[in-house]
Amino acid sequence: MSVLVVVECDKGEVKKSSLEVASYGAQVAQMLGTTATAVAVGEATEANLAALGEQGITKVLFDAEPRLKDFVNGAYTKLIAAAADKEQAKVIVLANSNIGASVGSRLAVRLKASLATNVVELPKTDGGQFTVKRGAFSGKAFADVTLSGDRKIIAVKKNSIEAQHNGGQTAQVESFTAQLSDADFADAPKQVIMQDQAGGILLPEADKVVSGGRGMKGPENWHLIEDLAKALGAATACSKPVSDVDWRPHHEHVGQTGITVSPNLYIACGISGAIQHLAGVNSSKVIVVINKDPEAPFFKAADYGIVGDVFEVLPKLTQAVKELG
Amino acid sequence: MKFLVCISNVPDTTTKITFTPDNKEFNKAGVQFVINPWDEYALTRAIELKEAQGSGTVTVLNVGEADTEPNIRKALAIGADDAIRVNAAPKDAWFVAQQIAHYAKEGGYEVILMGKESIDYNGFQVHGMVGELLGIPTVAPAMKLDMSGNTATLEREIEGGKEIVEVAAPFVASCQQPMCEPRIPNMRGIMTARTKPLKVVEAVGEGAATAVAEYQLPPKKQGVKLIDAANAGELIKLLRNEAKVI
Repeated sequence: MSVLVVVECDKGEVKKSSLEVASYGAQVAQMLGTTATAVAVGEATEANLAALGEQGITKVLFDAEPRLKDFVNGAYTKLIAAAADKEQAKVIVLANSNIGASVGSRLAVRLKASLATNVVELPKTDGGQFTVKRGAFSGKAFADVTLSGDRKIIAVKKNSIEAQHNGGQTAQVESFTAQLSDADFADAPKQVIMQDQAGGILLPEADKVVSGGRGMKGPENWHLIEDLAKALGAATACSKPVSDVDWRPHHEHVGQTGITVSPNLYIACGISGAIQHLAGVNSSKVIVVINKDPEAPFFKAADYGIVGDVFEVLPKLTQAVKELG
Repeated sequence: MKFLVCISNVPDTTTKITFTPDNKEFNKAGVQFVINPWDEYALTRAIELKEAQGSGTVTVLNVGEADTEPNIRKALAIGADDAIRVNAAPKDAWFVAQQIAHYAKEGGYEVILMGKESIDYNGFQVHGMVGELLGIPTVAPAMKLDMSGNTATLEREIEGGKEIVEVAAPFVASCQQPMCEPRIPNMRGIMTARTKPLKVVEAVGEGAATAVAEYQLPPKKQGVKLIDAANAGELIKLLRNEAKVI
Protein backbone atom coordinates (compact mmCIF):
# COMPACT_ATOMS: atom_id res chain seq x y z
CA MET A 1 0.00 0.00 0.00
CA SER A 2 1.24 3.47 -0.79
CA VAL A 3 0.21 6.93 -1.89
CA LEU A 4 0.71 7.80 -5.57
CA VAL A 5 1.16 11.42 -6.56
CA VAL A 6 0.72 12.59 -10.15
CA VAL A 7 3.21 15.33 -10.98
CA GLU A 8 2.70 17.55 -14.04
CA CYS A 9 5.82 18.98 -15.65
CA ASP A 10 6.23 21.66 -18.29
CA LYS A 11 9.45 22.61 -20.12
CA GLY A 12 11.43 20.52 -17.67
CA GLU A 13 10.03 22.16 -14.54
CA VAL A 14 7.61 20.62 -12.06
CA LYS A 15 4.53 22.88 -11.98
CA LYS A 16 3.96 24.78 -8.76
CA SER A 17 0.56 23.14 -8.30
CA SER A 18 2.27 19.75 -8.57
CA LEU A 19 4.78 20.66 -5.85
CA GLU A 20 1.74 21.34 -3.66
CA VAL A 21 0.23 18.01 -4.70
CA ALA A 22 3.50 16.24 -3.86
CA SER A 23 3.49 17.79 -0.38
CA TYR A 24 -0.15 16.84 0.07
CA GLY A 25 0.56 13.24 -0.97
CA ALA A 26 3.59 12.97 1.32
CA GLN A 27 1.51 14.20 4.25
CA VAL A 28 -1.27 11.72 3.48
CA ALA A 29 1.35 8.96 3.29
CA GLN A 30 2.62 9.96 6.71
CA MET A 31 -0.93 9.86 8.13
CA LEU A 32 -1.37 6.35 6.72
CA GLY A 33 2.07 5.16 7.80
CA THR A 34 3.37 4.59 4.29
CA THR A 35 5.49 6.30 1.62
CA ALA A 36 4.61 8.50 -1.33
CA THR A 37 5.68 7.68 -4.88
CA ALA A 38 5.23 10.11 -7.76
CA VAL A 39 4.49 9.40 -11.40
CA ALA A 40 5.57 12.27 -13.64
CA VAL A 41 3.88 13.37 -16.87
CA GLY A 42 4.89 16.05 -19.37
CA GLU A 43 8.35 17.30 -20.22
CA ALA A 44 10.58 16.66 -17.19
CA THR A 45 14.26 16.56 -16.28
CA GLU A 46 15.72 13.91 -14.01
CA ALA A 47 17.24 16.54 -11.70
CA ASN A 48 13.92 18.29 -11.16
CA LEU A 49 12.15 15.00 -10.51
CA ALA A 50 14.82 13.93 -8.01
CA ALA A 51 14.28 17.27 -6.24
CA LEU A 52 10.74 16.11 -5.35
CA GLY A 53 12.47 14.56 -2.34
CA GLU A 54 12.20 18.06 -0.90
CA GLN A 55 8.43 17.60 -0.81
CA GLY A 56 8.73 14.19 0.84
CA ILE A 57 8.51 11.95 -2.25
CA THR A 58 10.74 8.86 -2.03
CA LYS A 59 10.50 7.56 -5.59
CA VAL A 60 9.51 9.01 -8.97
CA LEU A 61 8.34 6.92 -11.93
CA PHE A 62 8.89 8.50 -15.32
CA ASP A 63 8.24 7.39 -18.89
CA ALA A 64 10.40 9.35 -21.34
CA GLU A 65 8.17 8.40 -24.32
CA PRO A 66 8.19 11.63 -26.45
CA ARG A 67 4.46 11.45 -27.23
CA LEU A 68 3.75 11.90 -23.49
CA LYS A 69 5.23 15.42 -23.43
CA ASP A 70 1.85 16.90 -24.33
CA PHE A 71 -1.37 16.06 -22.54
CA VAL A 72 -3.13 12.97 -23.92
CA ASN A 73 -6.02 11.87 -21.72
CA GLY A 74 -6.09 8.24 -22.87
CA ALA A 75 -2.36 7.59 -22.56
CA TYR A 76 -1.95 9.49 -19.29
CA THR A 77 -4.81 7.51 -17.77
CA LYS A 78 -3.25 4.20 -18.75
CA LEU A 79 0.21 5.19 -17.53
CA ILE A 80 -1.04 6.40 -14.15
CA ALA A 81 -3.32 3.38 -13.71
CA ALA A 82 -0.32 1.10 -14.34
CA ALA A 83 1.74 3.06 -11.80
CA ALA A 84 -1.10 2.82 -9.27
CA ASP A 85 -1.23 -0.95 -9.70
CA LYS A 86 2.56 -1.34 -9.52
CA GLU A 87 2.67 0.66 -6.29
CA GLN A 88 -0.59 -0.85 -4.96
CA ALA A 89 -1.69 2.70 -4.32
CA LYS A 90 -4.75 3.15 -2.11
CA VAL A 91 -4.71 6.93 -2.43
CA ILE A 92 -3.90 8.80 -5.63
CA VAL A 93 -3.37 12.55 -5.50
CA LEU A 94 -3.40 14.89 -8.51
CA ALA A 95 -3.74 18.60 -9.21
CA ASN A 96 -7.25 19.91 -9.76
CA SER A 97 -6.09 21.18 -13.14
CA ASN A 98 -7.70 20.57 -16.52
CA ILE A 99 -5.15 17.80 -16.98
CA GLY A 100 -5.27 16.32 -13.47
CA ALA A 101 -9.03 16.32 -13.07
CA SER A 102 -9.62 15.02 -16.62
CA VAL A 103 -7.35 12.07 -15.97
CA GLY A 104 -8.73 11.63 -12.44
CA SER A 105 -12.28 11.10 -13.68
CA ARG A 106 -11.24 8.33 -16.11
CA LEU A 107 -8.99 6.76 -13.49
CA ALA A 108 -11.84 6.65 -10.96
CA VAL A 109 -13.77 4.32 -13.26
CA ARG A 110 -10.78 2.25 -14.31
CA LEU A 111 -9.51 1.71 -10.75
CA LYS A 112 -13.01 1.54 -9.19
CA ALA A 113 -12.02 4.39 -6.91
CA SER A 114 -13.99 7.16 -5.19
CA LEU A 115 -13.04 10.57 -6.54
CA ALA A 116 -13.13 14.02 -4.97
CA THR A 117 -12.09 17.05 -7.03
CA ASN A 118 -11.49 20.66 -5.93
CA VAL A 119 -10.17 19.48 -2.53
CA VAL A 120 -8.85 22.23 -0.23
CA GLU A 121 -7.56 20.45 2.90
CA LEU A 122 -5.80 17.30 4.04
CA PRO A 123 -8.19 14.36 4.61
CA LYS A 124 -9.64 13.40 7.98
CA THR A 125 -9.50 9.72 8.78
CA ASP A 126 -11.33 9.53 12.14
CA GLY A 127 -13.62 6.60 12.89
CA GLY A 128 -12.66 4.61 9.80
CA GLN A 129 -14.15 7.29 7.50
CA PHE A 130 -12.08 9.04 4.88
CA THR A 131 -13.38 12.59 4.50
CA VAL A 132 -12.09 15.52 2.47
CA LYS A 133 -13.21 19.13 2.28
CA ARG A 134 -13.91 20.41 -1.23
CA GLY A 135 -15.14 23.65 -2.76
CA ALA A 136 -18.73 23.60 -4.03
CA PHE A 137 -21.30 26.03 -5.42
CA SER A 138 -18.57 27.74 -7.41
CA GLY A 139 -16.71 29.01 -4.38
CA LYS A 140 -19.83 29.99 -2.42
CA ALA A 141 -19.56 26.97 -0.05
CA PHE A 142 -17.57 23.93 1.01
CA ALA A 143 -18.63 20.31 1.35
CA ASP A 144 -17.11 17.61 3.53
CA VAL A 145 -17.27 14.52 1.33
CA THR A 146 -16.84 10.93 2.48
CA LEU A 147 -15.12 8.62 0.00
CA SER A 148 -16.40 5.09 0.41
CA GLY A 149 -14.28 3.17 -2.12
CA ASP A 150 -11.33 1.02 -1.18
CA ARG A 151 -9.23 3.29 -3.40
CA LYS A 152 -9.46 7.05 -3.28
CA ILE A 153 -8.50 9.73 -5.80
CA ILE A 154 -8.08 13.31 -4.64
CA ALA A 155 -7.66 16.31 -6.95
CA VAL A 156 -6.20 19.17 -4.89
CA LYS A 157 -7.16 22.76 -5.67
CA LYS A 158 -4.24 25.03 -6.44
CA ASN A 159 -2.84 27.17 -3.66
CA SER A 160 -4.77 25.27 -0.95
CA ILE A 161 -1.73 23.51 0.48
CA GLU A 162 1.69 25.02 0.86
CA ALA A 163 4.51 23.18 -0.92
CA GLN A 164 6.95 22.03 1.77
CA HIS A 165 10.72 22.10 1.46
CA ASN A 166 12.39 19.52 3.66
CA GLY A 167 15.86 20.41 2.49
CA GLY A 168 18.44 18.18 0.93
CA GLN A 169 16.32 15.08 0.32
CA THR A 170 16.28 13.57 -3.15
CA ALA A 171 13.89 11.07 -4.65
CA GLN A 172 14.99 8.07 -6.62
CA VAL A 173 13.98 8.41 -10.28
CA GLU A 174 13.01 5.16 -12.03
CA SER A 175 12.19 4.70 -15.64
CA PHE A 176 8.72 3.26 -16.01
CA THR A 177 6.49 2.35 -18.88
CA ALA A 178 2.99 1.08 -19.50
CA GLN A 179 2.00 -0.95 -22.56
CA LEU A 180 0.79 2.04 -24.55
CA SER A 181 -0.82 1.39 -27.92
CA ASP A 182 -1.81 3.81 -30.69
CA ALA A 183 -5.41 3.67 -29.46
CA ASP A 184 -4.27 5.30 -26.20
CA PHE A 185 -3.16 8.31 -28.25
CA ALA A 186 -6.57 8.82 -29.93
CA ASP A 187 -6.86 12.27 -28.33
CA ALA A 188 -3.22 13.27 -28.87
CA PRO A 189 -2.99 16.94 -29.88
CA LYS A 190 -2.24 17.84 -33.49
CA GLN A 191 -0.95 21.15 -32.26
CA VAL A 192 -0.30 22.90 -28.94
CA ILE A 193 -0.72 26.67 -28.74
CA MET A 194 0.44 28.45 -25.61
CA GLN A 195 -0.79 31.92 -24.68
CA ASP A 196 1.40 34.95 -24.53
CA GLN A 197 1.32 35.80 -20.87
CA ALA A 198 2.24 39.28 -19.72
CA GLY A 199 5.28 38.68 -17.54
CA GLY A 200 4.93 34.94 -18.06
CA ILE A 201 2.65 34.36 -15.08
CA LEU A 202 -0.29 32.04 -15.65
CA LEU A 203 -3.51 33.08 -13.97
CA PRO A 204 -4.45 29.62 -12.64
CA GLU A 205 -1.00 29.20 -11.05
CA ALA A 206 -0.60 32.76 -9.78
CA ASP A 207 0.05 33.76 -6.14
CA LYS A 208 -1.05 37.31 -6.84
CA VAL A 209 -3.68 38.58 -9.25
CA VAL A 210 -4.55 42.10 -10.41
CA SER A 211 -7.98 42.18 -11.97
CA GLY A 212 -9.92 44.87 -13.84
CA GLY A 213 -13.61 45.48 -14.41
CA ARG A 214 -15.77 47.83 -16.42
CA GLY A 215 -14.52 50.67 -14.23
CA MET A 216 -11.32 50.53 -16.31
CA LYS A 217 -13.42 52.09 -19.11
CA GLY A 218 -11.67 50.36 -22.02
CA PRO A 219 -8.91 47.98 -23.11
CA GLU A 220 -6.60 50.93 -23.84
CA ASN A 221 -6.32 51.55 -20.08
CA TRP A 222 -5.18 48.01 -19.27
CA HIS A 223 -1.54 49.11 -19.09
CA LEU A 224 -2.39 50.43 -15.61
CA ILE A 225 -3.40 46.90 -14.54
CA GLU A 226 -0.41 45.36 -16.31
CA ASP A 227 2.08 47.81 -14.77
CA LEU A 228 0.95 46.99 -11.24
CA ALA A 229 0.84 43.26 -12.04
CA LYS A 230 4.36 43.40 -13.44
CA ALA A 231 5.71 45.28 -10.42
CA LEU A 232 4.10 42.73 -8.07
CA GLY A 233 4.91 39.65 -10.14
CA ALA A 234 1.16 39.06 -10.47
CA ALA A 235 -1.06 37.66 -13.20
CA THR A 236 -3.79 39.78 -14.77
CA ALA A 237 -7.49 38.92 -14.79
CA CYS A 238 -10.85 40.52 -15.52
CA SER A 239 -14.57 40.38 -14.75
CA LYS A 240 -17.19 38.75 -16.99
CA PRO A 241 -18.51 41.97 -18.60
CA VAL A 242 -14.96 42.80 -19.66
CA SER A 243 -14.41 39.47 -21.41
CA ASP A 244 -17.96 39.56 -22.84
CA VAL A 245 -17.14 42.77 -24.74
CA ASP A 246 -13.72 41.38 -25.74
CA TRP A 247 -11.63 43.95 -23.90
CA ARG A 248 -9.74 40.94 -22.57
CA PRO A 249 -9.57 37.26 -23.61
CA HIS A 250 -12.05 34.88 -21.99
CA HIS A 251 -9.30 32.86 -20.27
CA GLU A 252 -8.76 35.87 -18.00
CA HIS A 253 -12.41 35.89 -16.90
CA VAL A 254 -12.66 35.15 -13.20
CA GLY A 255 -16.02 34.23 -11.70
CA GLN A 256 -18.71 31.61 -11.41
CA THR A 257 -18.74 30.80 -15.13
CA GLY A 258 -15.09 31.65 -15.69
CA ILE A 259 -12.20 30.40 -13.68
CA THR A 260 -12.01 30.25 -9.92
CA VAL A 261 -8.79 31.55 -8.41
CA SER A 262 -7.42 31.30 -4.89
CA PRO A 263 -4.28 33.45 -4.80
CA ASN A 264 -2.70 34.95 -1.69
CA LEU A 265 -3.54 38.42 -2.99
CA TYR A 266 -6.39 39.50 -5.28
CA ILE A 267 -6.58 43.18 -6.24
CA ALA A 268 -9.89 44.16 -7.87
CA CYS A 269 -9.85 47.44 -9.80
CA GLY A 270 -13.12 48.96 -10.92
CA ILE A 271 -15.10 45.77 -10.27
CA SER A 272 -18.36 46.25 -8.38
CA GLY A 273 -18.45 42.72 -6.99
CA ALA A 274 -21.48 40.91 -8.40
CA ILE A 275 -22.22 37.65 -6.57
CA GLN A 276 -21.01 35.65 -9.60
CA HIS A 277 -17.65 37.40 -9.56
CA LEU A 278 -17.24 37.00 -5.78
CA ALA A 279 -17.83 33.26 -6.20
CA GLY A 280 -14.71 33.05 -8.32
CA VAL A 281 -12.41 34.92 -5.91
CA ASN A 282 -13.64 34.50 -2.36
CA SER A 283 -11.15 31.80 -1.45
CA SER A 284 -8.33 34.32 -2.05
CA LYS A 285 -6.40 34.90 1.17
CA VAL A 286 -6.33 38.71 0.98
CA ILE A 287 -8.71 40.76 -1.18
CA VAL A 288 -8.08 44.42 -2.03
CA VAL A 289 -10.82 46.45 -3.67
CA ILE A 290 -10.31 49.77 -5.46
CA ASN A 291 -13.54 51.42 -6.56
CA LYS A 292 -14.81 54.98 -6.70
CA ASP A 293 -18.24 53.88 -5.48
CA PRO A 294 -18.15 53.46 -1.67
CA GLU A 295 -21.36 51.40 -1.93
CA ALA A 296 -19.81 48.77 -4.26
CA PRO A 297 -20.75 45.35 -2.81
CA PHE A 298 -17.17 44.13 -3.27
CA PHE A 299 -16.03 46.18 -0.23
CA LYS A 300 -18.05 43.81 2.01
CA ALA A 301 -15.89 40.90 0.81
CA ALA A 302 -12.61 42.81 0.99
CA ASP A 303 -9.79 42.93 3.54
CA TYR A 304 -8.43 46.26 2.33
CA GLY A 305 -10.15 48.92 0.29
CA ILE A 306 -9.51 52.25 -1.35
CA VAL A 307 -12.47 54.41 -2.29
CA GLY A 308 -11.07 56.32 -5.23
CA ASP A 309 -10.49 56.65 -8.93
CA VAL A 310 -8.57 53.68 -10.34
CA PHE A 311 -6.82 55.98 -12.83
CA GLU A 312 -5.25 57.92 -9.97
CA VAL A 313 -4.81 55.10 -7.48
CA LEU A 314 -3.19 52.44 -9.70
CA PRO A 315 -0.11 54.47 -10.73
CA LYS A 316 0.47 55.35 -7.06
CA LEU A 317 0.34 51.68 -6.08
CA THR A 318 2.72 50.69 -8.87
CA GLN A 319 5.12 53.42 -7.77
CA ALA A 320 4.88 52.30 -4.11
CA VAL A 321 5.66 48.70 -5.06
CA LYS A 322 8.72 49.81 -7.04
CA GLU A 323 9.90 51.84 -4.05
CA LEU A 324 9.71 48.75 -1.83
CA GLY A 325 12.54 47.27 -3.84
CA MET B 1 -25.48 12.34 -36.54
CA LYS B 2 -27.03 11.50 -33.17
CA PHE B 3 -26.12 14.04 -30.49
CA LEU B 4 -26.76 13.48 -26.80
CA VAL B 5 -26.56 16.59 -24.63
CA CYS B 6 -26.51 16.09 -20.86
CA ILE B 7 -27.95 18.91 -18.79
CA SER B 8 -27.98 19.62 -15.06
CA ASN B 9 -30.60 21.53 -13.13
CA VAL B 10 -28.75 24.06 -10.95
CA PRO B 11 -29.52 27.10 -8.78
CA ASP B 12 -29.46 30.36 -10.75
CA THR B 13 -26.04 32.08 -10.63
CA THR B 14 -27.40 34.92 -8.46
CA THR B 15 -28.55 32.50 -5.73
CA LYS B 16 -27.43 33.13 -2.18
CA ILE B 17 -26.41 29.66 -1.02
CA THR B 18 -27.95 28.30 2.22
CA PHE B 19 -28.34 24.79 3.62
CA THR B 20 -30.90 22.75 5.54
CA PRO B 21 -30.52 23.03 9.37
CA ASP B 22 -28.47 19.81 9.55
CA ASN B 23 -26.15 21.21 6.82
CA LYS B 24 -26.55 18.03 4.80
CA GLU B 25 -28.48 19.42 1.85
CA PHE B 26 -28.79 22.56 -0.21
CA ASN B 27 -31.82 24.59 0.82
CA LYS B 28 -33.98 24.76 -2.33
CA ALA B 29 -36.66 26.97 -0.76
CA GLY B 30 -37.37 29.99 -2.94
CA VAL B 31 -34.53 29.20 -5.34
CA GLN B 32 -34.88 29.58 -9.11
CA PHE B 33 -33.34 26.63 -10.98
CA VAL B 34 -31.83 26.99 -14.44
CA ILE B 35 -30.06 24.86 -17.02
CA ASN B 36 -26.42 24.72 -15.92
CA PRO B 37 -24.80 27.64 -17.81
CA TRP B 38 -21.93 25.47 -19.10
CA ASP B 39 -24.43 22.95 -20.50
CA GLU B 40 -26.00 25.70 -22.60
CA TYR B 41 -22.83 25.79 -24.71
CA ALA B 42 -23.11 22.04 -25.32
CA LEU B 43 -26.80 22.31 -26.21
CA THR B 44 -26.50 25.22 -28.61
CA ARG B 45 -23.40 23.81 -30.32
CA ALA B 46 -25.11 20.43 -30.85
CA ILE B 47 -28.09 22.18 -32.44
CA GLU B 48 -25.81 24.29 -34.67
CA LEU B 49 -23.89 21.20 -35.82
CA LYS B 50 -27.07 19.29 -36.53
CA GLU B 51 -28.38 22.22 -38.58
CA ALA B 52 -25.11 22.43 -40.51
CA GLN B 53 -25.25 18.72 -41.27
CA GLY B 54 -28.86 19.03 -42.40
CA SER B 55 -29.82 15.79 -40.66
CA GLY B 56 -29.57 14.05 -37.34
CA THR B 57 -31.09 14.53 -33.91
CA VAL B 58 -30.28 16.26 -30.64
CA THR B 59 -31.51 14.50 -27.52
CA VAL B 60 -31.21 16.05 -24.08
CA LEU B 61 -30.71 13.87 -21.04
CA ASN B 62 -31.17 14.91 -17.44
CA VAL B 63 -30.78 12.87 -14.29
CA GLY B 64 -33.33 14.37 -11.95
CA GLU B 65 -36.71 14.15 -10.32
CA ALA B 66 -39.92 15.53 -11.86
CA ASP B 67 -39.12 19.10 -10.72
CA THR B 68 -36.42 19.38 -13.42
CA GLU B 69 -38.95 19.07 -16.26
CA PRO B 70 -39.44 22.83 -16.79
CA ASN B 71 -35.75 23.13 -17.67
CA ILE B 72 -35.87 20.03 -19.88
CA ARG B 73 -38.78 21.66 -21.74
CA LYS B 74 -36.67 24.81 -22.01
CA ALA B 75 -33.91 22.79 -23.69
CA LEU B 76 -36.51 21.41 -26.12
CA ALA B 77 -37.69 24.98 -26.76
CA ILE B 78 -34.12 26.03 -27.55
CA GLY B 79 -34.08 23.36 -30.26
CA ALA B 80 -33.46 19.82 -28.98
CA ASP B 81 -35.65 17.19 -30.67
CA ASP B 82 -36.49 14.95 -27.74
CA ALA B 83 -35.53 14.31 -24.14
CA ILE B 84 -34.82 11.59 -21.63
CA ARG B 85 -35.23 12.11 -17.90
CA VAL B 86 -33.65 9.49 -15.67
CA ASN B 87 -35.99 9.58 -12.71
CA ALA B 88 -33.61 9.86 -9.76
CA ALA B 89 -31.88 12.51 -7.70
CA PRO B 90 -28.32 12.98 -9.04
CA LYS B 91 -26.50 11.51 -6.04
CA ASP B 92 -22.93 12.03 -7.25
CA ALA B 93 -20.86 12.14 -10.43
CA TRP B 94 -20.39 8.34 -10.53
CA PHE B 95 -24.12 7.75 -10.24
CA VAL B 96 -24.90 10.28 -12.99
CA ALA B 97 -22.14 8.97 -15.28
CA GLN B 98 -23.54 5.45 -15.11
CA GLN B 99 -26.97 6.68 -16.21
CA ILE B 100 -25.55 8.68 -19.12
CA ALA B 101 -23.30 5.83 -20.28
CA HIS B 102 -26.15 3.32 -20.13
CA TYR B 103 -28.67 5.41 -22.06
CA ALA B 104 -26.05 6.72 -24.50
CA LYS B 105 -25.14 3.16 -25.40
CA GLU B 106 -28.74 2.03 -25.60
CA GLY B 107 -29.63 4.92 -27.94
CA GLY B 108 -26.49 4.59 -30.08
CA TYR B 109 -25.48 8.24 -29.65
CA GLU B 110 -22.35 9.27 -31.52
CA VAL B 111 -21.48 12.62 -29.96
CA ILE B 112 -22.02 13.09 -26.22
CA LEU B 113 -21.76 16.67 -25.04
CA MET B 114 -22.13 18.33 -21.67
CA GLY B 115 -20.94 21.44 -19.87
CA LYS B 116 -17.47 21.62 -18.39
CA GLU B 117 -18.91 21.11 -14.91
CA SER B 118 -22.07 21.94 -12.98
CA ILE B 119 -21.99 25.26 -11.13
CA ASP B 120 -23.35 23.62 -7.96
CA TYR B 121 -21.19 20.55 -7.42
CA ASN B 122 -18.23 21.72 -9.61
CA GLY B 123 -17.06 18.16 -10.05
CA PHE B 124 -15.58 18.25 -13.57
CA GLN B 125 -15.86 14.44 -13.43
CA VAL B 126 -18.87 13.16 -15.37
CA HIS B 127 -17.38 13.52 -18.88
CA GLY B 128 -14.31 11.41 -18.05
CA MET B 129 -16.35 8.76 -16.27
CA VAL B 130 -18.76 8.45 -19.21
CA GLY B 131 -15.86 8.23 -21.68
CA GLU B 132 -14.19 5.55 -19.61
CA LEU B 133 -17.41 3.56 -19.14
CA LEU B 134 -18.00 3.59 -22.90
CA GLY B 135 -14.33 3.14 -23.79
CA ILE B 136 -14.28 6.25 -26.02
CA PRO B 137 -12.12 9.42 -26.00
CA THR B 138 -12.96 12.41 -23.81
CA VAL B 139 -12.00 15.97 -24.64
CA ALA B 140 -12.36 18.27 -21.63
CA PRO B 141 -12.77 21.17 -21.38
CA ALA B 142 -13.44 22.02 -25.02
CA MET B 143 -13.55 25.64 -26.17
CA LYS B 144 -14.30 24.88 -29.80
CA LEU B 145 -15.93 21.99 -31.63
CA ASP B 146 -16.25 21.49 -35.39
CA MET B 147 -17.34 18.36 -37.24
CA SER B 148 -16.41 17.17 -40.68
CA GLY B 149 -18.08 13.88 -41.47
CA ASN B 150 -17.28 11.55 -38.60
CA THR B 151 -14.28 13.55 -37.40
CA ALA B 152 -14.37 16.28 -34.81
CA THR B 153 -11.76 19.00 -34.37
CA LEU B 154 -11.71 20.44 -30.89
CA GLU B 155 -9.75 22.99 -28.91
CA ARG B 156 -8.99 21.63 -25.48
CA GLU B 157 -8.01 24.17 -22.84
CA ILE B 158 -4.92 23.31 -20.82
CA GLU B 159 -3.31 25.53 -18.20
CA GLY B 160 -1.75 28.42 -20.10
CA GLY B 161 -2.87 27.40 -23.57
CA LYS B 162 -4.77 25.00 -25.72
CA GLU B 163 -4.38 21.79 -27.67
CA ILE B 164 -5.94 21.15 -31.07
CA VAL B 165 -7.34 17.63 -30.92
CA GLU B 166 -8.94 15.52 -33.64
CA VAL B 167 -11.09 12.56 -32.66
CA ALA B 168 -13.48 10.30 -34.53
CA ALA B 169 -17.01 9.78 -33.22
CA PRO B 170 -18.09 8.38 -30.85
CA PHE B 171 -16.55 10.69 -28.28
CA VAL B 172 -17.41 12.78 -25.22
CA ALA B 173 -16.67 16.50 -24.90
CA SER B 174 -17.29 18.87 -22.02
CA CYS B 175 -17.95 22.36 -23.29
CA GLN B 176 -17.23 25.92 -22.25
CA GLN B 177 -17.00 29.37 -23.80
CA PRO B 178 -16.23 30.62 -26.38
CA MET B 179 -17.68 27.61 -28.18
CA CYS B 180 -20.83 29.41 -29.29
CA GLU B 181 -23.36 32.03 -28.28
CA PRO B 182 -25.95 30.10 -26.23
CA ARG B 183 -29.42 30.44 -27.71
CA ILE B 184 -32.54 31.42 -25.84
CA PRO B 185 -35.96 29.97 -26.65
CA ASN B 186 -38.20 31.83 -29.11
CA MET B 187 -41.99 31.75 -29.10
CA ARG B 188 -42.23 29.09 -31.80
CA GLY B 189 -39.73 26.94 -29.92
CA ILE B 190 -41.72 27.26 -26.70
CA MET B 191 -44.93 26.21 -28.49
CA THR B 192 -43.39 23.17 -30.22
CA ALA B 193 -41.50 22.09 -27.08
CA ARG B 194 -44.79 21.18 -25.39
CA THR B 195 -45.40 18.31 -27.76
CA LYS B 196 -41.84 17.03 -28.21
CA PRO B 197 -41.23 13.56 -26.71
CA LEU B 198 -39.92 13.48 -23.12
CA LYS B 199 -39.28 9.92 -22.03
CA VAL B 200 -38.98 9.11 -18.32
CA VAL B 201 -36.78 6.12 -17.54
CA GLU B 202 -35.56 4.45 -14.36
CA ALA B 203 -32.07 4.64 -12.91
CA VAL B 204 -29.61 1.79 -13.48
CA GLY B 205 -26.28 0.65 -12.09
CA GLU B 206 -24.65 1.04 -8.71
CA GLY B 207 -25.27 3.76 -6.15
CA ALA B 208 -22.98 6.65 -5.33
CA ALA B 209 -19.24 6.37 -4.56
CA THR B 210 -19.17 9.50 -2.41
CA ALA B 211 -21.49 11.19 0.07
CA VAL B 212 -21.68 14.72 1.43
CA ALA B 213 -21.26 14.59 5.21
CA GLU B 214 -21.74 18.31 5.70
CA TYR B 215 -21.86 21.63 3.84
CA GLN B 216 -20.27 24.78 5.18
CA LEU B 217 -20.27 28.42 4.19
CA PRO B 218 -16.92 30.20 3.90
CA PRO B 219 -15.82 32.13 7.00
CA LYS B 220 -17.02 35.72 7.05
CA LYS B 221 -14.53 38.50 6.38
CA GLN B 222 -13.49 40.60 9.40
CA GLY B 223 -14.48 43.83 7.68
CA VAL B 224 -12.66 46.04 5.26
CA LYS B 225 -9.80 48.33 6.30
CA LEU B 226 -10.07 51.50 4.23
CA ILE B 227 -7.04 53.44 3.08
CA ASP B 228 -7.28 57.06 1.95
CA ALA B 229 -6.95 57.37 -1.85
CA ALA B 230 -4.60 60.33 -1.49
CA ASN B 231 -2.24 58.11 0.46
CA ALA B 232 -2.68 54.97 -1.65
CA GLY B 233 0.95 53.87 -1.26
CA GLU B 234 0.15 53.09 2.39
CA LEU B 235 -1.76 50.03 1.12
CA ILE B 236 1.40 48.48 -0.27
CA LYS B 237 3.11 48.85 3.12
CA LEU B 238 0.17 47.15 4.83
CA LEU B 239 0.24 44.31 2.32
CA ARG B 240 3.91 43.75 3.07
CA ASN B 241 4.06 44.35 6.83
CA GLU B 242 0.59 43.45 8.08
CA ALA B 243 -0.92 40.97 5.60
CA LYS B 244 2.54 39.69 4.57
CA VAL B 245 1.44 38.77 1.06
CA ILE B 246 3.99 40.75 -0.97
